[in-house]
Amino acid sequence: MGAKVITITSGKGGVGKTTTTANLGISLARMDQKVVVIDADIGLRNLDIVMGLENRIVYDLVDIIEGRCKLRQALIKHKLFPELYLIPAAQTRDKTAVSPADMIQLTDQMRQEFDYILIDSPAGIERGFRNAVAPADEVLIVTNPEVSAVRDADRVIGLLEAENKKAPRLILNRAKVEQIRKGEMLSAEDVTDILAIKLIGIVPEDDQVVPSSNSGVPITLNDNSRAGQAFRNIARRLMGEDVPFMTLDEPTSLLKRLGRLFAGGKGN
Amino acid sequence: MAGFLERMFGRAPKQGTGITAKERLQFILVHDRINLPPERLEMMKKEILEVISKYVEVDGSGIDIALQKRQRDSLLVAEIPFSRPSEGFDQDEDEDSAQAEDKP
Repeated sequence: MGAKVITITSGKGGVGKTTTTANLGISLARMDQKVVVIDADIGLRNLDIVMGLENRIVYDLVDIIEGRCKLRQALIKHKLFPELYLIPAAQTRDKTAVSPADMIQLTDQMRQEFDYILIDSPAGIERGFRNAVAPADEVLIVTNPEVSAVRDADRVIGLLEAENKKAPRLILNRAKVEQIRKGEMLSAEDVTDILAIKLIGIVPEDDQVVPSSNSGVPITLNDNSRAGQAFRNIARRLMGEDVPFMTLDEPTSLLKRLGRLFAGGKGN
Repeated sequence: MAGFLERMFGRAPKQGTGITAKERLQFILVHDRINLPPERLEMMKKEILEVISKYVEVDGSGIDIALQKRQRDSLLVAEIPFSRPSEGFDQDEDEDSAQAEDKP
């Protein structure tokens, strides 16, 4: 069978699907896995720019499917990892240029050669989403601790159930430790309670994520970043390793917490 | 002490808007999953009661019809107590004697 096909989806837009795909792709490549990441958001190409590969595109996903190039010609090799490739989305077409059957055929062609095929799904639950999940062996749902994102995640989980897909796993992205501690934000436990699916990672809010996208160098390449660490942990869990969840409170030291306790008292 | 420990380990307290978000989501998602909004459920409840009332007398004060979730499945759980049957015996007499017996 070869590669495992993993689709990253969410329902709601802007929750961090592309950032997650880029970071998981790089994390897996760092662990010597052969990886291809596919941008399935046809018409709204952006995985390339987040990964810093936007200047190397010649052919795209639709070119492969419509036979204008060979599969190999559309694979863009990453600058740092020779065994990490990107298939960019077409920019001037729409979702109907590709069918779910096309996606299954495309990934089947690559399964022998790769260890992981990651698909960055577009937002929504229409054709683009269906294309992205059709070939998936496993689906990761990205959500934020916000009512709108969680509700959309639930809808997507329901659709996957109806398709008889294996139960997806959840990535809670942009968790704000301080707000959760104050009870002003849904915690990972709350969200998994509500959605009734298993968690595969909690990614803390990190000010370095936007600068890293700005430079096209995904955050997971920064060994000091907590969000980067979270993505590396998820990649290891995908590979079957049993990695404990980070305690989100870690960066504040015990002393600091003691201080807060006595200074803030019950008002916290 | 428990509060002290909870604050030390950063557990989320049971206050603030986080818990509101959780409760609101838990409520609405049960409806979303079966595509039956709360208002329509109310209409359905009324109809169910009308049908049941055609056959038996229902004790209006004890009715509880609600959606519940078990993991990701939703189910309609209905508790519909019947009124005591009024045929056969004279109801008032029957109730009086039952009450008399209950008294110490």
